[in-house]
Amino acid sequence: MAGIRDILKSIWPIVKRKGKKMSDKKGKDVSGKTGRHLLIQLFLSTLTLSAFTFGGGYVIVTLMKKKFVDEYHWIDEEEMLDLVAIAQSAPGAIAVNGAIVVGFKLAGIAGLLVSVLATVLPPFVILSVISLFYEAFASNEIVALALAGMQAGVGAVIASVVYDMGSGVVKSGDWLGIVLMAVVFVLNYFLNVNVMLLIIACGLLGVVRTLLGSRKGEGGEAS
Amino acid sequence: MMIYLELFLSFLQIGAFSFGGGYAAMPLIQHQVVELHGWLSLGEFTDLVTISQMTPGPIAINSATFVGTKIAGVGGAVVATLGCILPSCILVTLIAWVYLKYRSMRLLQGVLKTLRPAVVAMIAAAGMLIIVSAFFGEGNPVSLNTFHVAEAVIFAGALVLLRWKKMNPILVMVLCGVAQVAVGLAGKLVG
Repeated sequence: MAGIRDILKSIWPIVKRKGKKMSDKKGKDVSGKTGRHLLIQLFLSTLTLSAFTFGGGYVIVTLMKKKFVDEYHWIDEEEMLDLVAIAQSAPGAIAVNGAIVVGFKLAGIAGLLVSVLATVLPPFVILSVISLFYEAFASNEIVALALAGMQAGVGAVIASVVYDMGSGVVKSGDWLGIVLMAVVFVLNYFLNVNVMLLIIACGLLGVVRTLLGSRKGEGGEAS
Repeated sequence: MMIYLELFLSFLQIGAFSFGGGYAAMPLIQHQVVELHGWLSLGEFTDLVTISQMTPGPIAINSATFVGTKIAGVGGAVVATLGCILPSCILVTLIAWVYLKYRSMRLLQGVLKTLRPAVVAMIAAAGMLIIVSAFFGEGNPVSLNTFHVAEAVIFAGALVLLRWKKMNPILVMVLCGVAQVAVGLAGKLVG
């Protein structure tokens, strides 16, 4: 722990400058509290959010907004919406991305490290413990039965999620999206085409489409 | 040493390519961990998804910890988790920086909009694998002989509870586990 504190202390001057500069833009005084106090509070609140949030990235981002915008007033609402959009657009887990943008915005690189550590720590500890017991656990007959039943349950949960997301795509009326959804499913499930290849291809398609759309002006809107 | 590098690179790819949050990482994890490296069987992977549903934390981080620990102990878990969050740390900071400078994310949102249907399709494909393996047993051919009636009924029941009763998914999964245990024990008593 002492090592981490030393590191934090040594990079603190840079971080403080950065934090101040970023907060000046929106006129909020984030660095009104002493910096270390801010980092500790950031660590504790992100840790609690990560440890007690069930139900995925979108939920945790909403709770982050409640905490940092409504309760602490560290970030204003409009900027938080943009930060959430960034967290959702970038690859990776939304909870981690949310921690990164909020930490970075509040206290630069040190804030980023502190909030990411706090976000990762609870699942890391919980899953470490579970994986230690998993082998012994799963070979137990009753547990094996329960896991087999839950396998059907997880299948149902995923089917339900896919139904919601899929009908969202269909309702959007975006014909390219609908065709893409069907084609990608066939390529992935039946023809075993590599998922990363599919993501890269669709990403490039998105770039082309957005650039073509913006050339046509506002009316294009890439749809 | 090699195994640490493999874990790191594998989860680096998962971190870099999972767009869209929530279940988006699932197909990638399955591809890397089950198909490419064989670190987990499909059954173990499904258990991992189940465990992830019932514990807090993103599925990618949960998987990194679980797979890392299983393959190379705590060191493996640390390396895999680092690999998993490194792309986010770099890309999100970069995007946040560009955003704060230009305040426009048109291109990024356009790309994301096109990716979303593809991500839905890939989640569906990964889900299909799980469902087929639940219905017919892992690695078994799809046929009437291998069809598990109990699992299919539980699946249908779970769907009803989720869609029409709007029941909490965690509760639904626990009930599914309980139902299967009951069926298994009853079968034993009869047999």
